[in-house]
Amino acid sequence: MSEHAVADPHTGHDGHQGHNPFHAHHFDTPKQQFDAGKFGMWLFLVQEVLFFSGLFVFYAIVRVNHPEIFRWGHQALDPFYGFVNTIVLIFSSLTMAWAVRCAQKGQRTGLIVNLVITLVCAGVFLCVKYVEYSAKFEHGFLWAGRFNPHTEDHAGDHSATEGTTSHDSGHADASHAASAEGHGGHAHGPVGPPPKNAGVFFSIYFGMTGLHAIHVIAGIAAITWILVRSVRGDFGPDYFGPVDYVGLYWHLVDLVWIYLFPMLYLIE
Amino acid sequence: MATVDVVRSGSAGHTETDNYLTHSKGLLSWLLTLDHKRIGVMYLIATSAAFLLGGFFALMVRTELWTTGRTIMNHDTYNQMFTLHGAVMVFLFIIPGIPAALGNFILPIMLGAKDVAFPRLNLASFYLWMMGATFFLAALSFTGLDTGWTFYTPYSTTDFGTGKDNAIISAVMGVFILGFSSIFTGLNFLVTIHTMRPPGMTWFRMPLFLWAIYSTAIIQVLATPVLAITLLLLLVEKTLGFGIFDPQLGGDPVLFQHFFWFYSHPAVYIMILPAMGVISELIGVNCRRHIFGYRFIAYSSVAIALLGFLVWGHHMFTSGQSKLASVVFSAITFSVAIPSAIKIFNWLSTMYKGSITFNAPFLYALSFMFLFTIGGLTGLFLATLSVDVHLHDTYFVVAHFHYVMVGGALTSFLGGLFHWWPKISGKMYSETPARISALLVFLGFNLTFLPQFVMGTRGMPRRYYNYLPEFEPFHQWSTIGAYVLGAGALLAFATVIHSIFRGKPAPMNPWGGASLEWTCSSPPPHNNFDKAPSVEDCYDYDKLVWDEKTGGYLMRK
Ligand SMILES: [Cu+2]
Repeated sequence: MSEHAVADPHTGHDGHQGHNPFHAHHFDTPKQQFDAGKFGMWLFLVQEVLFFSGLFVFYAIVRVNHPEIFRWGHQALDPFYGFVNTIVLIFSSLTMAWAVRCAQKGQRTGLIVNLVITLVCAGVFLCVKYVEYSAKFEHGFLWAGRFNPHTEDHAGDHSATEGTTSHDSGHADASHAASAEGHGGHAHGPVGPPPKNAGVFFSIYFGMTGLHAIHVIAGIAAITWILVRSVRGDFGPDYFGPVDYVGLYWHLVDLVWIYLFPMLYLIE
Repeated sequence: MATVDVVRSGSAGHTETDNYLTHSKGLLSWLLTLDHKRIGVMYLIATSAAFLLGGFFALMVRTELWTTGRTIMNHDTYNQMFTLHGAVMVFLFIIPGIPAALGNFILPIMLGAKDVAFPRLNLASFYLWMMGATFFLAALSFTGLDTGWTFYTPYSTTDFGTGKDNAIISAVMGVFILGFSSIFTGLNFLVTIHTMRPPGMTWFRMPLFLWAIYSTAIIQVLATPVLAITLLLLLVEKTLGFGIFDPQLGGDPVLFQHFFWFYSHPAVYIMILPAMGVISELIGVNCRRHIFGYRFIAYSSVAIALLGFLVWGHHMFTSGQSKLASVVFSAITFSVAIPSAIKIFNWLSTMYKGSITFNAPFLYALSFMFLFTIGGLTGLFLATLSVDVHLHDTYFVVAHFHYVMVGGALTSFLGGLFHWWPKISGKMYSETPARISALLVFLGFNLTFLPQFVMGTRGMPRRYYNYLPEFEPFHQWSTIGAYVLGAGALLAFATVIHSIFRGKPAPMNPWGGASLEWTCSSPPPHNNFDKAPSVEDCYDYDKLVWDEKTGGYLMRK
């Protein structure tokens, strides 16, 4: 009965050696606290996957029943932008993982630098997304209820603006042959008249990427919080749980995009 | 850091020790508390209020159905009444009722822990619940929410151009937020049970209530997000025209039903599994016999949770889904009867040759077994394809659902409330009115819903405002029953509230329970346990003896 009397709940501060100020009193040990946090975050991620699942299921149903909608619709997306964003997010996952490593080793500067780079990447991602969304709004490539494409009418001026920007950057990055080759043909928008219910493709596009973007924004908020705490010097080898948890979340956001990119941009 | 208040004496005669109620004072010390016990009590008050509100709507529905034509309200108001009754009862009362209110209070104490794993998240869940409830009340004020609690498309996504649109948007937002309240509660409990069990408490030494809450939490975390995305899609559909459920725009309204029931079938297990957990505790304690078939009851909870994910199509036999899918869904639905029956038989075996105390909690537990068995068996009728085609959308479905949800979840909520009330409040309730309430609930319930089975088999469709004159006597019996049921529930709450002011101080262990919550004082101290408790068999009642002096049970020396 008295074996566990070491942790005396009376005082709120128990007699652990090297007691850190972030050890919550209802956990017996810091390890228990860390394990609880980590398991909680994994459960949250499972929840997130199921949250996205509705849209993935809808995607699968439409794709199987009406492949023509996808064949036509995906041409409105420029794989170059998608590719850039994929690279940006994968890189940010690397810096995030690095940040966790720095926190574990107590390297405060490295932690801060890596978190800042991760934040910058997230910002770049959203900027690219903004450019893409504006082009869609401009051309009326909107979700089913507002779908009103007008590329054919003034194909000249619109494809000129969109075409040049993507061409320039595309050639600058010559190593990405696949994307450069792909977007060369697609930059002018979908070919031929839209099939019936073509707007559904853009419902899916805006639904999935929009929900993902909301998660990116939430990630920015979480990383900013971690950054503030890192500047304050909260983290070290004894206490790095929150960095780890936010890192896990960020990897999931990255992972979802890695599915979205081929599913929306790279289909034939 | 612990601010131990100066001990006040005199008020109730048992203030020698600091407890969670007297630990700190003031409204803010409640509203901002991180103590699972106080959060549990706040949930208890909030969900009980929701129950009374939902019950009021139910009585309005039943009163209107007293005569074939108009009785007290027009058909529009009637449609809103049954919608609000269903939505408030399901989302605001039954789903959070046992896990978030009783579970929050009891779970960490049963584990010998000081709190749940994430106390802040726990408080956040409560405020999410409050926010969700507020959106519901807003929907009330917009008037016109008449979609039923299921929000089926395309009706819910139709542009009415009236206040009804705002009411639907508000209510859907409310359910979305309540969903996250439920997810976070489930997540918290899963982590708590996984990481905070005391040394010596292996999985198979946990009280069965914890197994039930654990299974429930799995469903909350895995199923609720699907409801969340579905409602989000419904919202963007209604406000922006995404067209995902709109056939005119290339969407599919039946997809909404698939998504909705993928959550809402498991959700009925969110409602019933914690109830079964409560019953396992009530039966064991009041029969003074080791619970029979512990492992079977534990595994059957998990089995119900997992099978529950594979049966959603049984709500859609007549929706035009493929015959093959219907057959598969039907077969899996039948299989859910197995773990449910395992529980019933094990409880019965526990009672066999037990020395039974017929106190109010046990009477509620008995009602549960009787009513849940009827509810479960009539579920088999509905799982049978050919029969379901006839019974679909009739009062038979209404009666079946209420036998499980009211006969199951409500009776065990009240039984559990009486069982743990001495622990929660530190006061004993008076037994006679509590028993009478159990009797009234049981009789009133059967009077309400047995006639509905008969009506259903004779073709009375559910949700109808007008009906054929031949159904009038059945409806009138049902309405009388509803008022008796309402009186029983009110008496139960009155008994509990009365005890706060007039009840005798409760001993540590009034019923002779052997799980850990009965080893700390009533009400428990702020930290639950001053010393980490030792873990023994939580169903071994022989180690306890009645002690006349304290009016409770003590450990045998
Ligand atoms: Cu079901």
